[in-house]
Amino acid sequence: MSKRVQAEAVSAWFGDHQAVADVTLTIEPKQVTALIGPSGCGKSTFIRTLNRMHEAVVGARMSGRVLLDDDDVYAPGVDPTAVRRTIGMVFQRPNPFPTMSVAGNVASGLKFGDQRPARREMAGIVERALTQAGLWDEVKDRLDKPGASLSGGQQQRLCIARAIAVEPEVLLMDEPCSALDPVSTLVIEDLIAELKDRYTVVIVTHNMQQAARVSDVTAFFNLSGAGEPGRLVEVGRTAKIFTRPDDERTEAYVTGRFG
Amino acid sequence: MLLLAIGLFLAIQAAPAFRAMGPRFFSERQWLPSPPAYGIAALAFGTVVSSVVALVIAVPVALGSALFLTEVAPRRMGRPLGYLVDLLAAVPSVVFGLWGLLVLVPALIPVERFLDRWLGFVPIFANRSGLFGRSIFAGAVVLGIMVVPIVAALAREIFNQVPQANREAAQALGATPWETIRTAVLPFSRGGLVGATMLGLGRALGETIAVALVMGAAYTVNFRITEVGGNSLAANIATKFGEADELGRAALIASGLVLFAITLVVNVAGRLVVRRSVVVGR
Repeated sequence: MSKRVQAEAVSAWFGDHQAVADVTLTIEPKQVTALIGPSGCGKSTFIRTLNRMHEAVVGARMSGRVLLDDDDVYAPGVDPTAVRRTIGMVFQRPNPFPTMSVAGNVASGLKFGDQRPARREMAGIVERALTQAGLWDEVKDRLDKPGASLSGGQQQRLCIARAIAVEPEVLLMDEPCSALDPVSTLVIEDLIAELKDRYTVVIVTHNMQQAARVSDVTAFFNLSGAGEPGRLVEVGRTAKIFTRPDDERTEAYVTGRFG
Repeated sequence: MLLLAIGLFLAIQAAPAFRAMGPRFFSERQWLPSPPAYGIAALAFGTVVSSVVALVIAVPVALGSALFLTEVAPRRMGRPLGYLVDLLAAVPSVVFGLWGLLVLVPALIPVERFLDRWLGFVPIFANRSGLFGRSIFAGAVVLGIMVVPIVAALAREIFNQVPQANREAAQALGATPWETIRTAVLPFSRGGLVGATMLGLGRALGETIAVALVMGAAYTVNFRITEVGGNSLAANIATKFGEADELGRAALIASGLVLFAITLVVNVAGRLVVRRSVVVGR
């Protein structure tokens, strides 16, 4: 488990608007890479190109290459659904399936594709995923209850459990805490620190303290003006980015002078 | 309130027929003025069976088209096609009826023969009379075509209300488009779809002129839906009202009351199902 992700000259468009320009970035396995930057700098769009979710939006397209270890994710003949099964994603707002139970939500991804596990294995997988997501103790007595009955923070951990139940190589998190309260945020941050033992974790965040707390590597994205595409400015060890970055724009951002 | 007033009006006007016919009104198949033998057995049967068959035909088509237009087709194509489906709802039912009688009935005869020949072992498709054409099946097809735009338009509205986050959740787990529809779109829409189907059923139950034109107007209870025959409460009222005597008129109104009761039950049942399916969980 956990593979390296390499983006090579990735650009992305929505219709005529270019959102991301020429990003080349290597994301190492078994560590947390944080993407920071001001709103509209293309960091969410960028991670959506990694698991081919970008193209699910009407009018969206991209150029460049994305390699998962040595496999080109965009090679002809590659099924985007297979890519998304390998590269899991957690969204900004918790989005459990509202008609499904807690257990049903966790198992939902296992029912896609052709290698669905047997029914009796299901319970074990659900328990393992919920345990890894740090939610098992809280929900073990109400696995049959609707997923929507949990609190916001629990719902987000349910979504994490759902994403890791299918045993992806990479876990993409698109501002996973932005809709949560500080306590739930802390729980998820602790969870991210544990998840990196097993997965390649990429987290997009607006919150610089969060990036500093959870990540090993930080990539700073910026845009030169409204309507301009976002670009990667600088990437490095998180400690370095936050203390002595090479680029003055990075320094201005992390010290809070803009953004 | 208005519902109550209408029901009361029908009940008062219908009373003479109930008095004259007693419980036979519900079991009698004939509709004859002298000696008076008015009964709704065949009519109610034809109404319910033709409407149910119409739904069996229409709902998959309507849901399929709605899913295609909202989930699969590119937006630029979905919009205009959606309007076209909506336009079907604006065609007057007499036009559907005439078209059904002159075009569809002849066109359906081979289909009915096929059903009889190859699915004849299923009792409802068998045809022992050898007469095909103006059957309950043909009526149901016309009704189905009339119901499709209603159900499809509602279903599109319902599918459009499914939050994008739901779809993305499924897609990000590696769901194919069809799996996305199955896990994220349909369960979320179930209640609304039941409601849409019930409204379609209400339309089919009450449809008058198209049924009167297409179906064979036979007062029989015949499960073999490809045989010529079939009638409905509403169609019978339309065709017999002009020539009816006083008792016949009361009987027609009584049959209208029954139709009213059936649609009311359908709607209430639909609502109950909708309410139950809103309570989430599985």
